[in-house]
Amino acid sequence: MADVLVCVKRVPDITEEVVLSEDGLSVDGRRSGFTMSAHEECAVELAVQATAASGGQATVMTIGDAEAVEQLRNALAVGCTAATHVLGEPFAFGPADVASEIAAVVRDHEAEGRSHDLVLLGNDAADSGDFQVGIRLAYELGRPVVNGASTVVIEDSPEGPVVVAVGEGPEGQETYRVTLPAVVTIREGGVEPRYPSVPGRLKAKKVPIEERQPVAEPKGGGRVKMTLPPPTPSAVTILGEGPAAASAVVDVFEKLGVLAK
Amino acid sequence: MILTLVETDLEGAAIEVSLEAVTFARDLSAAGNGVPVDAVVIGDVSDHLRGELAAYGVRKIHRVSGDGVAAYSGAGWASALQTVLKAAGSVVLMAAGTDRGTELMAHVAARSGASMAANVLSFSGLSPFVVTRQVVGGAAMEEMNLHQRPAVFTVAGHAVEAKPADASGAGEIVEHTPTVAPEDLRAAVVSTSQPEADESGDLTSAKVVVGAGRGVGGADKFDDVVALADLLGGAIGVSRVVTSAGWRPHHEQVGQTGSRISPDLYIPCGISGAIQHWAGCSSAKTILAINSDAEAPMVTRATYAVIGDLHEILPAINEEIRNRGYGA
Ligand SMILES: Cc1cc2nc3c(=O)[nH]c(=O)nc-3n(C[C@H](O)[C@H](O)[C@H](O)COP(=O)(O)OP(=O)(O)OC[C@H]3O[C@@H](n4cnc5c(N)ncnc54)[C@H](O)[C@@H]3O)c2cc1C
Ligand SMILES: Nc1ncnc2c1ncn2[C@@H]1O[C@H](COP(=O)(O)O)[C@@H](O)[C@H]1O
Repeated sequence: MADVLVCVKRVPDITEEVVLSEDGLSVDGRRSGFTMSAHEECAVELAVQATAASGGQATVMTIGDAEAVEQLRNALAVGCTAATHVLGEPFAFGPADVASEIAAVVRDHEAEGRSHDLVLLGNDAADSGDFQVGIRLAYELGRPVVNGASTVVIEDSPEGPVVVAVGEGPEGQETYRVTLPAVVTIREGGVEPRYPSVPGRLKAKKVPIEERQPVAEPKGGGRVKMTLPPPTPSAVTILGEGPAAASAVVDVFEKLGVLAK
Repeated sequence: MILTLVETDLEGAAIEVSLEAVTFARDLSAAGNGVPVDAVVIGDVSDHLRGELAAYGVRKIHRVSGDGVAAYSGAGWASALQTVLKAAGSVVLMAAGTDRGTELMAHVAARSGASMAANVLSFSGLSPFVVTRQVVGGAAMEEMNLHQRPAVFTVAGHAVEAKPADASGAGEIVEHTPTVAPEDLRAAVVSTSQPEADESGDLTSAKVVVGAGRGVGGADKFDDVVALADLLGGAIGVSRVVTSAGWRPHHEQVGQTGSRISPDLYIPCGISGAIQHWAGCSSAKTILAINSDAEAPMVTRATYAVIGDLHEILPAINEEIRNRGYGA
C-alpha cells in the first residue's frame, strides 16, 4: 500500500493578458481567475492512479491563502482522499521556504503514522517558475529525487517498493527505478488528467481539510519586482477561415517560391 | 572565476544554448574586471569541442569523468560539479536553461544553501548581483537579487546570441575524477531508449518548416502535417507539448529548450505561440499560422493566418497544391 503526497500551487490562470499587482511583487489573478499548472494536474492524476491500485491515500497539499482551498477541493474531486492547507501568502515564500514547509508537513504526518512514501510535485510552478522546490525538498528530507518525469508507477521489488519514473531526456526516454521513499517532479504529457464528476465534487466537499500555520517565517526568494514586456503590435493578414482559405494559402506559397513542380 | 556547464550533442559538439551561456559568462566577466571564464564538461571533450570553447574565450575546460558520472543522476552530477566549483574557486556557476542544466543548477544550489535563478535574460548590477529572469511562462520578467555565493543560475535559451570571443582563450583541459557518495546515486538513469532516426532533415537549416502543436491532437494525427511538409520539401518542427507527450521525437522541438529555426517560411499548426516557443521561431522570415483561435499569440504575431480546424484546413491546402500541379 503506497501513500502519496502531491503538492499543488494556486496560480493565476494566464491565457490572455497578464496583470501585475500594484507593488509589482505578484501577478494579479483577480481578472483571469486561478488554477493549478498543467504539470501539477498531471501529478494529481498520477498520485490518484498510483494509490487507487493499492488502496493507499493520495493527500494533496498547498501553501496558499484562504482561497487556495479551491485547488485542494478540485484535487479531492478527482480522487485525492485527504488535504492539508498551510495558510500563507504564497508570493512571500521563496522556493526554499516552500520546500521547508512541505518537509514539515511530511515529518508531522509521519509522526502521526502517515508516511508519504512518494511526494509528487510539478517540475515548475506556472507563475514563479523557480524550477527547484522538488529538488530542495528532497535534500530537506534526505530522499532521492527524479526530476521532470512524465509517468510514475509504484512496483514491488525484493528491496521493497520502488517508483519507476519515465521522462524525456536529451538522448531519448529515460527510466529511473528508485527505492521509496522518494520525491518525483512531474512534467505534463504522460497522462490525461481526468475531469471531476458530480459525485466526485460532492464527495470532495465533505472531506475535512487539515489547516495549519507555516512552521517558519518565510525568507522570500530574492524578488525585487516584476515587470511586463512591451506589447507587440500585430500586423497579421488573415487569409480566411477554414478550408475555403486553401487557395489563398497556396497563392502565398507561390509568391514566396516555396513550391517546386 | 565564472564556471559554465557546457552540454554536448550526440556528436560531442557544444549545443548552441551552452555557447550562448558562455557568451553571457564573458559579458559578466567584462563587467567584473575580466575575471576568467572557465567551462565544465561532463563526459568527453573532443578536439573540436576544445577548439570551439577556446574560440569562445574559455580559459580552462574542466573535464569530469569517472564512475560517479557514468550514468546520469541529478545529485551525482551536481556533487561532481560542486567538486569542480570548489577546486576551481569559482563564485559563479551557470548553465543553459535546458531541462538538464536547470535541474543540475537547482541541485547545486540546494546542496550549497544558495539561491538559484532560472531563465535569466540579463544582469543589471554585480554588487548586489541582480538578474532579470523570465517568469509566468515568459509573459513577465522578474528582477531578482542573487546575493549568496556561489551565484547559481541558468540563462534562458536564445536570450543572447552565441558569439565567439575577440580573443581566444587557452582552452586548457583540467581533468577531474570526483568520488560521488552512494547516496547521491540513488536516483540514476537505469535505461535510455534509443533516439529515433532523424527523418526530418536538418530543422535548423530548412527553408520551410511545418510546425505542429497540441492542436494536432495525438501521435496518430500527423498525416496531414507530414504530407504538407513533404509537398513543400520542408522539415517538421513541434512544440514542447508534442515532445513531452511523446507524439514526436525531442530533436524536432522548436523553442527555448529546442532548436532555433530561421526558415523562409514557418507554418505553425495548432501552436499557441508561447514565448518559449517564439524564442525558437522568431527569426523565420514569414510565418503563416493555422489556428482555431484568432487571438492566439502565434496568430497575432504571424505575417499570415488561417483561422479554423487544422484537420480541415491542411487536407484542403494539400489538395490545392496537388491540383496546381506541384509535388507530383
Ligand atoms: C522553461 C520553459 C521552456 C520551454 N521551452 C519550450 C520550447 O522549447 N518549445 C516549446 O514549444 N515550448 C516550450 N515551453 C512550453 C511553452 O510554454 C508552451 O507550454 C508550449 O509551447 C505550448 O505548446 P502548444 O502551443 O503546442 O500548446 P497550447 O499552448 O496548448 O496551444 C495549442 C494551440 O492549438 C490551437 N488548436 C487547438 N485545436 C486546434 C485545431 N483543431 N486546429 C487548429 N488549432 C487548434 C489552440 O487554439 C492553441 O492556440 C517551455 C516552457 C518553459 C516553462
Ligand atoms: N505554494 C506552494 N504550495 C504547494 N506546492 C508548491 C508551492 N509552490 C511550489 N510548489 C510545488 O513545487 C513545484 C515547483 O515549483 P517552483 O520550483 O516554484 O517552480 C510546483 O509545481 C508545485 O508542485
